[in-house]
Amino acid sequence: MTTAISVQNLGKQYKIGAAETKFRYNMLRDVIVDTVSAPIRLAKALVGKSDRRLNQNFIWALNDVSFDLDEGKVLGIVGRNGAGKSTLLKILSRVTEPTTGTVSVRGRVGSLLEVGTGFHPELTGRENIYMNGAILGMKRSQIDRNFDAIVDFSEVGQFIDTPVKRYSSGMYLRLAFAVAAHLEPDILVVDEVLAVGDAEFQRKCIGKMNDVAQQGRTVLFVSHNMSAILRLTQEAIVLKKGQLIKRAPTPEAVDFYLASGQAESGERVWEADEIPMASAPFKPVAIKIKERSGAVVDTIRSTEPVVIEFEYQLDAPVTGLRVGMYLNTMRGEYVFTAFDTDDAQQFEQFGARTAGRYVSRCEIPADFFNEGRYYLGVNASSFGVKRFFMDENAISFNVDISGAPGTQWPELRQGPIRPRLNWKIEKLD
Amino acid sequence: MTQITNVPSHEPTTIYIKPTKGLAALNLRDLWTYRELIFFMVWRDVKVKYKQTLLGMAWAVIQPVMTMLVFTFLFDKVAKLPTEGIPYPVFSFTALLPWGLFVVALNQGSRSLVAHNNMVTKIYFPRLILPMSSVFAGLVDFAIAFVILIALMIYYQVTPAWNLLWTLPFFLLLAIITALGVALWLSAVNVKYRDVNQALPFLTQFWLFATPVAYSASVVSAKWQILYSLNPMAGVVNGFRWALLGAGNGPDITLWVSVTISILIFISGLFYFRSMEKTFADTI
Repeated sequence: MTTAISVQNLGKQYKIGAAETKFRYNMLRDVIVDTVSAPIRLAKALVGKSDRRLNQNFIWALNDVSFDLDEGKVLGIVGRNGAGKSTLLKILSRVTEPTTGTVSVRGRVGSLLEVGTGFHPELTGRENIYMNGAILGMKRSQIDRNFDAIVDFSEVGQFIDTPVKRYSSGMYLRLAFAVAAHLEPDILVVDEVLAVGDAEFQRKCIGKMNDVAQQGRTVLFVSHNMSAILRLTQEAIVLKKGQLIKRAPTPEAVDFYLASGQAESGERVWEADEIPMASAPFKPVAIKIKERSGAVVDTIRSTEPVVIEFEYQLDAPVTGLRVGMYLNTMRGEYVFTAFDTDDAQQFEQFGARTAGRYVSRCEIPADFFNEGRYYLGVNASSFGVKRFFMDENAISFNVDISGAPGTQWPELRQGPIRPRLNWKIEKLD
Repeated sequence: MTQITNVPSHEPTTIYIKPTKGLAALNLRDLWTYRELIFFMVWRDVKVKYKQTLLGMAWAVIQPVMTMLVFTFLFDKVAKLPTEGIPYPVFSFTALLPWGLFVVALNQGSRSLVAHNNMVTKIYFPRLILPMSSVFAGLVDFAIAFVILIALMIYYQVTPAWNLLWTLPFFLLLAIITALGVALWLSAVNVKYRDVNQALPFLTQFWLFATPVAYSASVVSAKWQILYSLNPMAGVVNGFRWALLGAGNGPDITLWVSVTISILIFISGLFYFRSMEKTFADTI
């Protein structure tokens, strides 16, 4: 069997912190001082010396990662935000250069993360297919050959000669995906793309990925969705803080990831290097799972209410803010999504928040969870404006069901919830 | 960005990705592989430029003609600058041709990487394509304006300098190399320091005054001529006037100074661009 991808001692170092301190003016005085010192800064930049105000912190987004992948295999990549998954894919698709190590890639890498790159709103669907195809490295003849298939696949048919700015977002996405899907890469890289688009579109993406795998081509699949990883890959690697910590058959790797990669203590504290720059002014501090007594726990009792506490810092006032969570089962099925300002009155009071430290706390009632492990994702956003922060995998916890409804029968109950329903039994005759 | 070694064997070829050290190889072969992309980028720029405008391609005519009219009023009717016996409209329009090409290339080219940051951060392609295609897209406007120049020459009954016309492609090439060289430098710097965006309007204006577009290079006194020709666009504009209208003394030492500077800017720009290329996706 031939090796499709061989990664050796791969490392990628990023400079962080620069953007953070750069434009922090608190007073007019700072602005004046900054302006006056501008020529000095320019001189330093020109001779290649960096501004010393920018604190030069380096992080290794990838550190000494090595693995080989045989041709025709489908490999899942799991890990928390910031674990280095995207960096790895970027290096493989040659967008960015590694700091250390080497990669050899056999054949052309195509990625579904480039969907729609280079699309111009003023050009028609037809023109964009050619444009986008060329950007993705297709030859004109190859685009000609695949043109009808692309149009068919995208289902935009009669609108093919309409500027894409008139398309609905769904049509736009389908057309963009159709081009990327007909790229005929030897190695396909899929990163979180399944998070966008409607259910039908996601089904198509997964179908395409399956096709590619069936044709004996190599696929790398990055996702936070464990059920998708389990369904689509046979083998997976787990990345943690830039290092490869596990490679195993997928079920084993997923279990390992969910069990060990998580905070085991019922508390997750965000370190400075785990918070993406783009999340400013929102800064997550910690999330805690508590019993009603206030004790922080990793295992909760199904028969007791549980309190979720999310602490965060706002460095600047934010309007329209909602902070909330997703609850997932271990297999990646959603149980619910809820935000702290879901209540209209609450939103009126707290939609606009001044800078400062906050905690959003909620109680999940007793008799809610079924047996097993659940994980919580957090999200802070202003609807339709900006998603400040998201960590789909912030923390996980176990549920102990002793005393829950139906536990007199030692059997596995299906479904993520185990409510205590108000059964009434009547005799009718 | 990355050193690519294509193993000369059957498909699919193996690509080796590793950190590049020192000055990156120019890797022109990769540029050749992606030649169709240059064509598509130019085609897109041209196609999109005048979309949803009432006057469309007419803008390619209006812009230089209006500039020429303003110049004619200011420098011919009011200031009465010498034009070596050539009607002022033709005299200035001949210079506005390469100057227009240069301005478009300078402005679009310098912003090209930042403007296409979604491409830069998502996919691999030789980054040189972006400033290159911006410069080439300016050639379309140049061609349209050239037709206007011919009309003007017929109207003012200016006979072209037939024996010199063959040198025109050389001066056009010099204009392209100068524009591309500057665009390579500024686009790469712009990735890291957006100060370039702020400096561009000022730079363009300053450069226009330092170039004999509105006036004749002969107004500069002889002892300053060499210093003056350090501006490669001075060489280009003088060359255009000489090749088309037979104005001026023709190539002398000042032209070769301009040519040397132009090539220096281009080559150094190429290497600077290539050495910065590997960090574009991280810093943009």
